[in-house]
Amino acid sequence: MIPASFEYLAPTSLADALSALAEAGDEGKVLAGGQSLLPVLRMRLNAPEKVIDLGRIEELRGIREDGDHLVIGAMTTHADVAASDLVWEHAAVLADAAAEVADPQIRHRGTIGGALVHADPAGDLGAPVLALDAEFVIAGPGGERTVAAADFFVDLFETAVEDGELLTAIRIPKHTGWGGHYEKFVRVAHQWSIVAVAAAVRVEDGAIAEAKVGLTNMGSTPLRAAAVESALVGRSTGDLGDACSAAADGTNPPSDLNGDAEYRKHLATVLTKRAVLAAAGG
Amino acid sequence: MSVSPDALVEIAEEVQDQQPEDSGSGREIGNRRLRKEDQRLITGRTKWTDNIVLPGMVHLAMVRSPFAHARITGIDTSAAAEAPNVIGVYTAADFPEGLGVCANAWPITPDQVTPDHLPMVGERVACAGEIVAVVAARSAAEARDAAELVDVDYDELPAVLDGMEALKDEVLAHPDKGTNKSAFWKLDSAEAGTGGNVDEAVAAAREDGIVIEREYRQQRLVPAFMEPRSTVVDPTGEQVTMWTSTQVPHILRFLIAATTGMPESKVRVIAPDVGGGFGGKLQTTPEEFITLAVARRLGKPAKYTETRSESLLSAHHGRDQYQKLTLSATKDGTVTGLKVDLVANLGAYVAIVGGGVPVLGAWMFNAIYKFPAYQFNCQTVLTNTTWVDAYRGAGRPEATYAIERIMDELAAEVGVDPLEIRERNWIKHEEFPFTSVAGMVYDSGNYEAATARAKELFGYDELRAEQKARRESGDPVQLGIGVSTFTEMCGLAPSRVLGQLSYGAGGWESASIRMLPTGKVEVITGTSPHGQGHETAWSQIVADRLGVPFEDVEVLHGDTQVAYKGLDTYGSRSLVVGGEAVVRAADKVIEKAKAFAAHLLEANADDLEFSGGRYAVKGTDKGIGITEVALATFASHNYPEDLEPGIDADATYDPVNFSFPHGTHLCAMEVDTETGASRMRRYVCVDDIGHIINPLIVEGQIHGGLVQGIAQALWEEAVFDDNGTLVTGSFVDYTLPTAADTISFVTENTTSPSTTNTLGTKGVGEAGTIASTPAVVNAIVDALRDRGINDIQMPCTPHRVWSAIQGAGGAMATPAEGQPHFHEDAPTNADPGTTGEGSAQ
Ligand SMILES: Cc1cc2nc3c(=O)[nH]c(=O)nc-3n(C[C@H](O)[C@H](O)[C@H](O)COP(=O)(O)OP(=O)(O)OC[C@H]3O[C@@H](n4cnc5c(N)ncnc54)[C@H](O)[C@@H]3O)c2cc1C
Repeated sequence: MIPASFEYLAPTSLADALSALAEAGDEGKVLAGGQSLLPVLRMRLNAPEKVIDLGRIEELRGIREDGDHLVIGAMTTHADVAASDLVWEHAAVLADAAAEVADPQIRHRGTIGGALVHADPAGDLGAPVLALDAEFVIAGPGGERTVAAADFFVDLFETAVEDGELLTAIRIPKHTGWGGHYEKFVRVAHQWSIVAVAAAVRVEDGAIAEAKVGLTNMGSTPLRAAAVESALVGRSTGDLGDACSAAADGTNPPSDLNGDAEYRKHLATVLTKRAVLAAAGG
Repeated sequence: MSVSPDALVEIAEEVQDQQPEDSGSGREIGNRRLRKEDQRLITGRTKWTDNIVLPGMVHLAMVRSPFAHARITGIDTSAAAEAPNVIGVYTAADFPEGLGVCANAWPITPDQVTPDHLPMVGERVACAGEIVAVVAARSAAEARDAAELVDVDYDELPAVLDGMEALKDEVLAHPDKGTNKSAFWKLDSAEAGTGGNVDEAVAAAREDGIVIEREYRQQRLVPAFMEPRSTVVDPTGEQVTMWTSTQVPHILRFLIAATTGMPESKVRVIAPDVGGGFGGKLQTTPEEFITLAVARRLGKPAKYTETRSESLLSAHHGRDQYQKLTLSATKDGTVTGLKVDLVANLGAYVAIVGGGVPVLGAWMFNAIYKFPAYQFNCQTVLTNTTWVDAYRGAGRPEATYAIERIMDELAAEVGVDPLEIRERNWIKHEEFPFTSVAGMVYDSGNYEAATARAKELFGYDELRAEQKARRESGDPVQLGIGVSTFTEMCGLAPSRVLGQLSYGAGGWESASIRMLPTGKVEVITGTSPHGQGHETAWSQIVADRLGVPFEDVEVLHGDTQVAYKGLDTYGSRSLVVGGEAVVRAADKVIEKAKAFAAHLLEANADDLEFSGGRYAVKGTDKGIGITEVALATFASHNYPEDLEPGIDADATYDPVNFSFPHGTHLCAMEVDTETGASRMRRYVCVDDIGHIINPLIVEGQIHGGLVQGIAQALWEEAVFDDNGTLVTGSFVDYTLPTAADTISFVTENTTSPSTTNTLGTKGVGEAGTIASTPAVVNAIVDALRDRGINDIQMPCTPHRVWSAIQGAGGAMATPAEGQPHFHEDAPTNADPGTTGEGSAQ
């Protein structure tokens, strides 16, 4: 599998990357970890003339605190997210999800920014960042703007990042003291999610005080299970009752070789309960 | 941390240093040696075909049909021809003399419908992936770029994809043939004189007894070897040399000569190191013929290496059968008869042994049991799909699956433990050799011993108790225990038997031993390893036999100019046939050298004893080593007048019978009834493969085999959509398991030496794959049987298991709802017009 030939550019600053992107126009494509882009190029589903590699731009990489936010650079790999004490402390469900992406090789190459911009509905990072009410920092020729998670995911493989723009960082409000768990359902270990559930809960005195639940692969974008979130409040962690039964309400999951939509809806309710219980326990 | 290839080499070398120090001690057989070939295979620093680079070599890219069935109305190659660094673009029309034929070597009946399988087609494509043009360019990338520019016009034709659909002959895979039915093959024990009449047995059981009818589906699989196929052809010089990633260099050379008209003596085929095959590389492929033709046309070396996507679509597929079994028994579960009806989907062409693979099941459905009456009917059909041929086990896994599944159904019907129903019907150890109802003579075995040991290792009674407790407590995770007591026939094959079956070749194997003057030994084998470890095992055999150090033995293979005679590697044949040939060559060397030793020692040959690599004169301390004799014959200054100088020897061995390994496999599966997911809890197998040359290699073969069989049960299926496009065209959708998906297996052996070769060995290459599939599915069904579930179609995906649980309570539909299946007014597949007879051997 050989891609069509292209010109390779490796800018070392964000500014250079933006101008290279502007210059390339429609013919340019950004390369992050390459774990989604390279298969596309190799199968010749796309043939850009210029590939702009973000790999040498230091400022796009790394995890830091910024007041009551955690800031994760777009070029931070899944492996770094999964190994980060900061992320485990303030956004546990995201670290848990990053550890579930594909296999070790892919986790060491693939980046959080690439995964979120690629916006595959079966990707594992959308649901946790959506659940944690993250913000997306997007840089373009006209400067920087910030988009809320709820507005970031537009459709299948489509986000708020416009042509000529780059995602530079994800800002996540700290969920310190919250339990988090990502429950991923697959047939073989290295597979994309058939369905997965990201749950973050704050427990007070054995009862759920706040809950945030994101769903993976239950529609064309990551979704929030809002009905479940409100139903969970006040429940004892020992008895969730039927609080998770509405997990699939309003979803529109796909049907494929791994299961039909009806099965996925069923899975969403089972997995939501498991994710919430695990998040509340840990 | 990253590991460089150099570091890997070092690691491999270190490990190599930790070898047991047993060399030359006469105890090589049975030694757990690390494989001598692994250092180069694991680091990849070796001659994989794609690593071969020749001066002036051009690279090829294939243009393949995206349609399952279409008429080609035009091919415009002009844009491709003008692309940068393109040297030539060719279609079938550019080779009016043809490019050879992908031959069918085993027509199962005289009137088998066998469409011509040409490497490149110009008029009509019969499946997706068929090659319609080829581009040669200076680099692989440029060839690929140009291939995109070849403009082919197709008129789509209706396509038939499913075997049961094909049987109706409504849409024809090859309209010119007038039918999709390729051949009908039957074995009836009453007609063959090996048993009674099945219809009578079934009728009697309907009156007073038990009749169980079941339909099973063997889904289509992809062999998915690790190294994609690759071919390099060098047409310069006197001989044309082809390096290719194949299991069958000798057969390929013969078929190139037979179908292109090239003199066989002008063709040299080399299988360098080959990265796996599992049957998937025993084809003579369109890609090999095309690479040969283009290289010869250009007079330049040419290379073609497939992409993984091409491999999934266009290397042959495996399995794909519909099976119907009718089992009759007395009320206590003693089987009185078995009738089998098969419909086997061959794909678009009858591949090299494609028609024969389902027929191999004829001798296996009766398995380890004493069935008084038996009938096997097999209808092969053509469809517009990738051709189907041998995949690890080839016909035996399919048969074993069905019989081991239905034996569980019988146990459930009678209300006894599945192991008990098997014991009631199996051949007792004192009854060997045993002539089966299919006419095979089983050499040896001890089902009681293997089963007793497996039960013990498994903790059978404890797990049954846990199963009961989970059932009673209504645990959402239920436990099931699956049993598979399999046998198989391996060691293809006695040539006379193959002759009776109209197989296009013999089943012998050849070996030569060259005693080099420096004391080193070259063993030349006609087998063609592609991951099995022949270099290590053959070295162990020869080191023991000749009394030379293991390290001094070099095994050469896979090059028709070096190993000039051979029938290659498939069907668990290499050790039991090829290894035996090596033994015989070694014995000839010992016998030949003896005369020289006697001469040099000035002793009578009858007074010499050979042991530990030395000829000693009985009762004296006089003696000479066999390697000293080798040096002496090289110098030849002094040797008996009546002898030729030299002690090298050749042997060709034709087996008298197959060998019949067996084993008891026990599997515990946990089934999450909320999601339908199944998780393996424990897997124990006790295999009886006779004497073992190298236990480490045996464990490796069993482990890999188990995973491939488990994968059929749980994960893998090649799926075409309604247009005949392969949906599972990449590893994203073709869910091949990895180490992360498996557990640690418990493997052990019992030993019933084979009586068909002097080593007492039986094959092990396919055992794990044959046995494990039914063990897993039996376990899943066992976990859910109390809910009224008696079948889950493979692969047992969580979705399928969950759906079965949802549908349970009512009658379980088998086969699954919406699946094509055998008609009520039975033998729809039987076409008595063309009957090939089963052969009792
Ligand atoms: C076999 C396999 C299995 C996988 N399984 C999973 C899985 O289970 N779960 C999962 O979540 N993912 C999975 N992935 C995808 C993996 O997570 C990728 O890392 C991810 O989808 C893309 O990240 P990347 O850094 O590799 O981006 P790339 O592939 O380099 O880029 C992806 C896309 O995003 C664009 N892009 C990248 N970065 C930016 C940026 N900063 N600004 C604007 N545009 C940008 C690129 O132009 C491209 O269009 C799998 C991938 C493979 C190959």
